[in-house]
Amino acid sequence: MCACALRMFLQRAAVMRTAAHQAFSQTRAFPRCVTGSYTHSRGINTLTSSLRAEEKVTVHFLNRDGKRITVKALTGESLLDVVVNNDLDIDGFGACEGTLACSTCHLIFEEAVYKKLGAVSDEEMDMLDLAYGLTDTSRLGCQVCLRKDLDGMILRVPDMISDARADSEKESSTAPPKV
Amino acid sequence: MKMMRMINLVRGSVMKIHGLSRASRCLAAEGGVRGLSSSSGPRVCIVGGGPAGFYTAQQLLKARQDAAVDVYERLPVPFGLVRFGVAPDHPEVKNVINTFTQTAQHERCSFHGNVNVGKDVTIDELRQAYHAVVLSYGAEGNRSMGISGEDLPGVFSAKDFVGWYNGLPSNKELRPDLSCETAVILGQGNVALDVARILLAPVEMLKETDITQNALEALAGSKVRRVLIVGRRGPLQIACTIKELREMVNLPNTRADMLPADFEGIAEALKDLPRPRKRLTELMMKAAKEGGDDKAEKCWGFRFFRSPVEVIAGADGKRATGIRLALNKLEGSGESARAEVTGQLEDVDCGLIISSIGYKSIPIDPAVPFDPRRAIVPNEMGRVQDTAGLYCSGWVKRGPTGVIATTMNDSFDTARVLIQDMEAGKLDLSVNKPGAQAITALLQTRGVRTVLFSHWEKINAEEEKRGKFLGKPREKLLDVDEMLKIAWS
Repeated sequence: MCACALRMFLQRAAVMRTAAHQAFSQTRAFPRCVTGSYTHSRGINTLTSSLRAEEKVTVHFLNRDGKRITVKALTGESLLDVVVNNDLDIDGFGACEGTLACSTCHLIFEEAVYKKLGAVSDEEMDMLDLAYGLTDTSRLGCQVCLRKDLDGMILRVPDMISDARADSEKESSTAPPKV
Repeated sequence: MKMMRMINLVRGSVMKIHGLSRASRCLAAEGGVRGLSSSSGPRVCIVGGGPAGFYTAQQLLKARQDAAVDVYERLPVPFGLVRFGVAPDHPEVKNVINTFTQTAQHERCSFHGNVNVGKDVTIDELRQAYHAVVLSYGAEGNRSMGISGEDLPGVFSAKDFVGWYNGLPSNKELRPDLSCETAVILGQGNVALDVARILLAPVEMLKETDITQNALEALAGSKVRRVLIVGRRGPLQIACTIKELREMVNLPNTRADMLPADFEGIAEALKDLPRPRKRLTELMMKAAKEGGDDKAEKCWGFRFFRSPVEVIAGADGKRATGIRLALNKLEGSGESARAEVTGQLEDVDCGLIISSIGYKSIPIDPAVPFDPRRAIVPNEMGRVQDTAGLYCSGWVKRGPTGVIATTMNDSFDTARVLIQDMEAGKLDLSVNKPGAQAITALLQTRGVRTVLFSHWEKINAEEEKRGKFLGKPREKLLDVDEMLKIAWS
């Protein structure tokens, strides 16, 4: 099982698990406030990346302001890892730290690249459904891991407005008061 | 920031929180009032220490390297609905606390808890001490159903029920009676589903979360076995989202119980729906059709086209024993469909009624304009109407809908507008403003002592310690006085 799939499995298990997981994964590292299942996943990443030969992949992000950001990242890293590790200036990216509890790491792929990616889990689809500007080639960055054959791909960072929950709830609250 | 990278290398599993400016990201510092009296940069005050407040602060700190931001919060503890609203079995959603903590610990940010803005200090006093004030105090009130019997024992707002199981100090005495078999929830948004799920979830699962111990004990002794979630329109208008619906469907030892009549015509409408609505509807229909294990002890179901008209009291008139519902028909279709009365009524026996029809903001200070009809502070893109230097973000600005990410985007928008105003000269930054030093001194003369972030960290440590003893991530303190005692110990 490759490092990324291993980490995905752990992340999904983390999503299913209760907060007991959070208690377990809290590392009292500096700053002491940093907790959460992402820290646990990061630990796994660090471990598994040292077990593999590191391979660099070039990724281009087309940011909301139209600027292109090009980075070299490691195979096995998720696209959320890439954004965080390279301090990319993308506002509000990855709010839930890769635990499938938001849609802020939404990225739009080129069609040919999208087809090469694996199947989308129900859990990812459920959160993706709420993303603003959803397209047929949209994915959540925290669920997509870099591979050699994704080298050179261009990712578009979609505009960020409210997600679908706000829209649907807004409709209900502006519905006329009942008679 | 080489030092940060070195520390990360050494401590392999530290997560770098994305969101703060690279240049200003710094080591965690003491959460005290910074000695910035000589600073000539803009000073901004934020009223409310929940997601809106922290995300607004974050964006301001990032955009202006000379800005100092102070966050004021009424409770001794920060984080607002992330702490008191998000369900205990959704700990991942609470990960945002990590980024808020980093913001609070930023050298140009300070947190001041235990300050009741509007009572301990006025908005005008804050506006005198700061270049700009941002209202991010959310929605602590409740939309009422407006029906008779609403005040009977046994009827609660979802806001209070959620506050009770999440340890909101003002809800600690709620003591809902869970000895009835059927509970009826009015409203079908995600809050309604959270309440239903907490009522029916196995205690073995809940006991490992940060749900309060008294709620856990009450739920362990609960006789509630059937939860109906009622909405005035149809399946295609339901406001909840698929993740929460899936959690209901997957609840152990529970089956779904819906009315086939409610789903007439829905299958035909499926093909024209956008993917998110289609998947949600398909899952609902599957649950309605398959039901689940007949041997399951507990059941839940949606009831559509029904509006509450009266809470029925028992023979002694002293508590709720049922609810009278009016049957509706739908005019129009899609998101804008309207519920129209048919005149038919239906009574449902139940001992617990929870109204989950929305939160509501309340006015904070007579000096601040307030729209009572929409229950928000009137504003244009976050600039409070007719009041220079006053802004708003989050639910008090837009109304009480949306998830944390929605509030995040909204807060970023307000911050950008504020920055624009600074740069356009709409705020007079040439005047030095005293900021937190002046306000803290003023509060002191009024006998109010603030809780700094470092004090919150003591409360946090105590909660985690108590939680560990119980096998939970934390055991929340329920009493404000106890929080203050530990904070200032």
